[in-house]
Amino acid sequence: MRLDIEGLSVDAGAVRLVDDIKLAVDSGTFVGLVGPNGSGKSTLLRCVYRALRPAGGTVRLDGDDVHAMEPRAAARVVAALPQESSAEFDFTVTEVVAMGRLPHGDRTAASDREICAEAMERTGVAHLADRGFLALSGGERQRVLIARALAQRPRVLVLDEPTNHLDIAHQLDVLSLVRHSGLTVLAALHDLNLAAAHCDLLYVIANGRIVASGAPHDVLQPALLAEVFGVRAHPVRHPETGAVQFLFDLLPPTA
Amino acid sequence: MRRPPSSGSARTPQPLLIVGLLLLLCVSLVCGVALGAAGIGAADVFRFLWAGVSGGTVHADDAADYTIVWEIRLPRVVLAAVVGAGLSAVGVAVQAMVRNALADPFVLGISSGAAVGANAVILLGAFAGLGVWALSASAFASALAAMVLVYAVARSPHGLTPLRLILTGTALAYGFEAVTTVMVFGAARGEAARSAMMWLLGSLGGATWAQVPLAAVTVAAGWAWLRWRAEPLNALAMGDETSAALGVQPARLRRELFLVTAAVTGTVVAVSGAIGFVGLMVPHLVRMLVGADHRRVLAVAPLAGAVLLVWADVLSRLLLAPAELPVGVITAVVGVPAFLLLMRRGGYAFGGR
Repeated sequence: MRLDIEGLSVDAGAVRLVDDIKLAVDSGTFVGLVGPNGSGKSTLLRCVYRALRPAGGTVRLDGDDVHAMEPRAAARVVAALPQESSAEFDFTVTEVVAMGRLPHGDRTAASDREICAEAMERTGVAHLADRGFLALSGGERQRVLIARALAQRPRVLVLDEPTNHLDIAHQLDVLSLVRHSGLTVLAALHDLNLAAAHCDLLYVIANGRIVASGAPHDVLQPALLAEVFGVRAHPVRHPETGAVQFLFDLLPPTA
Repeated sequence: MRRPPSSGSARTPQPLLIVGLLLLLCVSLVCGVALGAAGIGAADVFRFLWAGVSGGTVHADDAADYTIVWEIRLPRVVLAAVVGAGLSAVGVAVQAMVRNALADPFVLGISSGAAVGANAVILLGAFAGLGVWALSASAFASALAAMVLVYAVARSPHGLTPLRLILTGTALAYGFEAVTTVMVFGAARGEAARSAMMWLLGSLGGATWAQVPLAAVTVAAGWAWLRWRAEPLNALAMGDETSAALGVQPARLRRELFLVTAAVTGTVVAVSGAIGFVGLMVPHLVRMLVGADHRRVLAVAPLAGAVLLVWADVLSRLLLAPAELPVGVITAVVGVPAFLLLMRRGGYAFGGR
């Protein structure tokens, strides 16, 4: 399923957080959204999974306006891993994954159990089924939330910095899990090397506007990185794979 | 606080727990009627109950005892169960609504608001035209007024956010309590002040059959609605973003919860005053037994709350008999140590870690 965002704008009071965004995710592709803190990544994603209603513009799934859909109907198509963690109620892993079935009307306890078990199997958290969600490590939690998203049986997956607070092995693990889900994916990422390695297409957002888009290595050029992120980037080839990676340091002061 | 990794599998099976609690509730109701300060034998109590149920006859000498059992004790015990169930169900709902495990039905200021209305009747003789209904009606009306006030103040462009709700409710509760205190201190009549105090701490002493139907229907309807919305409550407990992504509109659900909570709390407070601790403690006890899933918590918590309050009321009648303690004192005296003990036991992630 394709995702098309057109002319999207969000205001908070008098401040425009996101301005006239145009973005497209082809069916089955993994599109990354990169940009500095406060550039509007999360705001944009929140409009896609309906946590926020935009001031203007549309989010379309195969042509249908997400914000015109019934909430549960939209949740049957778009699943999300938001950037929030409530630590008040200690649900078990099974209970957290089962929440993914909530948007579905035609279901039975048996079919729910089967779908949830399959999702937990796919993300490798079946052995955690009876554990409390709050007692899990960061990597385990992300896997459980991906299982919940898969149990939702969506066509589109929205991820808000899914690799935050994870060590490097778990970062790679989470991204490859998402990559192999076969879903249309839109993800905000903060690690540019990870983004370049995993995404089919990158959008760079700064001050609420898309400033560049395209294949990762066409987009991530030292000049753009200097302008948007304020860093000096040195492309180097990986000695074994030959993939281009960046080394970063601060720009020299220009006064 | 570390929790053992096996916490999930050690939970009590739910059907067993519900059947057990239902049996316990029946036994508690009967015990609640049988135990009292009037010294009526258990055999007589059963005879009177049977006579009342089957429409049988009672000897004229027993008329006074029969009246005590049928017109005073039974409605009181039934009302205790209804109030206990209502406070527990609402406690679960409020905790999910403000996403704070330390919230209870009174954190929204509704009960302190009701206290103002009730005390206006007791101390100032307001709404005398309503006769015996003055107290309940005034308590309910002022609970609703308090709710509208809290809602209006807590509202923001982003809807009802949990923190704003808690802060507004708490701040306004202090205000309402100050008004009540001024009324108690300003009142010339000592007995009235005592009755106002009793009311502030909660008491089932004034229970009559007339109060039971409305309270029971409101509590049952509120409970049924909450149980029906148990899955969206789970999503809301995980966070607003998560619920939005699962197709549950958090702002709308919170508005609905606010309305149901206010209606049930207002009704319950109007018949029994502000009985503390039940709405805070029972949800926690039940979560320790069945886990956090609201489908199970909401099936079990009202039953547990009903049993707890029936026994708390029995104790409040017996401990200093023939004098009567406010039942809120009992729930606090029993509740505080039980709560601290369970919390320190360490097997429970109390409001997270």
